[in-house]
Amino acid sequence: MPEQPAPRRYGRGLFLVTVAGGLSSLAWGKSVWGHVSKAVGPAESLVPLVPTGGWRIYTISGSMPGFDPASWRLEVSGLVQQPVSLTYAHLRSLPRAEQVTTFHCVTGWSVPNVHWAGVRLSDVYDLVRPLPEAGGIQFVSAEEPYVDYLTMQQSLLRNVMLAYEMDGKPLPREHGAPLRLIIPEMYGYKNVKWLKGINLVPHAEDGYWEQLGYDRDAWVGRSNGYSS
Amino acid sequence: MIRYVKRFSRTERTLHWVNALCFFFLLATGLILYLPSLAVAVGRRPLIKDMHFWSGISWISLLALVALLGDRRGLLRTARELERLDTGRLNMGQKVNAIVMASFTILFFVSGLLLWLGERDTRFRFASTVVLHDGLMFVALALLVGHLYLALIHPATRHSLRGMTLGEVREDWARVHYPKWVSDTESGA
Repeated sequence: MPEQPAPRRYGRGLFLVTVAGGLSSLAWGKSVWGHVSKAVGPAESLVPLVPTGGWRIYTISGSMPGFDPASWRLEVSGLVQQPVSLTYAHLRSLPRAEQVTTFHCVTGWSVPNVHWAGVRLSDVYDLVRPLPEAGGIQFVSAEEPYVDYLTMQQSLLRNVMLAYEMDGKPLPREHGAPLRLIIPEMYGYKNVKWLKGINLVPHAEDGYWEQLGYDRDAWVGRSNGYSS
Repeated sequence: MIRYVKRFSRTERTLHWVNALCFFFLLATGLILYLPSLAVAVGRRPLIKDMHFWSGISWISLLALVALLGDRRGLLRTARELERLDTGRLNMGQKVNAIVMASFTILFFVSGLLLWLGERDTRFRFASTVVLHDGLMFVALALLVGHLYLALIHPATRHSLRGMTLGEVREDWARVHYPKWVSDTESGA
């Protein structure tokens, strides 16, 4: 009698290979995805690879703050000689700066080549004239209770900006209209959206996410458990 | 007179519909979290996030509960059917779909838990977790679209929906699509 071949376990094999492949992608997923999106980069402006442009919108409260150009103000106060309350028109009349930088989120996604336009903090400091004891800057969001801090030195890094335009258009609501902080060297949670106030304080403290365990100095690739 | 043959047990059908219901709920809440336009329109992110997380936990728990309280021996028999990628009661496409979705369930659950834990503790934070969770969603969505087309629209196959709702399918239909299964059933194999 011919010997019966053992039944092949294709189903189990497929299941295990898929699970193992998926779990191992925790080690290689991001870099492979990076290569894929780079390879299709030129075509992506015509047919986006993902429908979100790579962005995800994170908020901490029930609804996003609105923006009324007539009533909106940016209060800059604290340890300064001359506190100011900037209208939107006044803000737009300050020297305009532009930059193209990559936005990194601490959860792992990035958006390369974002075109920002806005105001350098040094130009705002020229208006308010910080006192010598001002060592930290508190950025207050209209999305309460979101705040975050930079040191005075960090706030003057080359690509730090108060951005009112993104990719050639006024900052959209979900990205923090009308004004957000941009510090590309740090993860997104430091890039406070819906800015309504800037307070100069003696030193930087823990912001919203830092109080939940995130690093205060959120350097991309060198903080929050990541090392590059 | 139309004759019917039993295709899916009560446990199999319960498992399928619990899975489908939870999947649709997770897909809806997940897309609100993922797509900026929906995020703006709906808002309430903290609430949607909680709903998404707890429906994920419920998904896995309910599947385990149905399997434990249902016909376990029957489910093991189904699992053995899935081992051989030939056409019996199920065809190869259906088997591959079921196996891939089962492994995706594990991967969705693990990557979702890692996203949740990573927000609380850097030891659970990996740069690729979000790529895995999103990638699974895109592939699962493609499989779902194909599955829905065959189960609801395609004239030759849509009768199979009756098997997953009432448990039985027409014998003449089964004889065309699954001849080996029908003859095996008739001979008592």
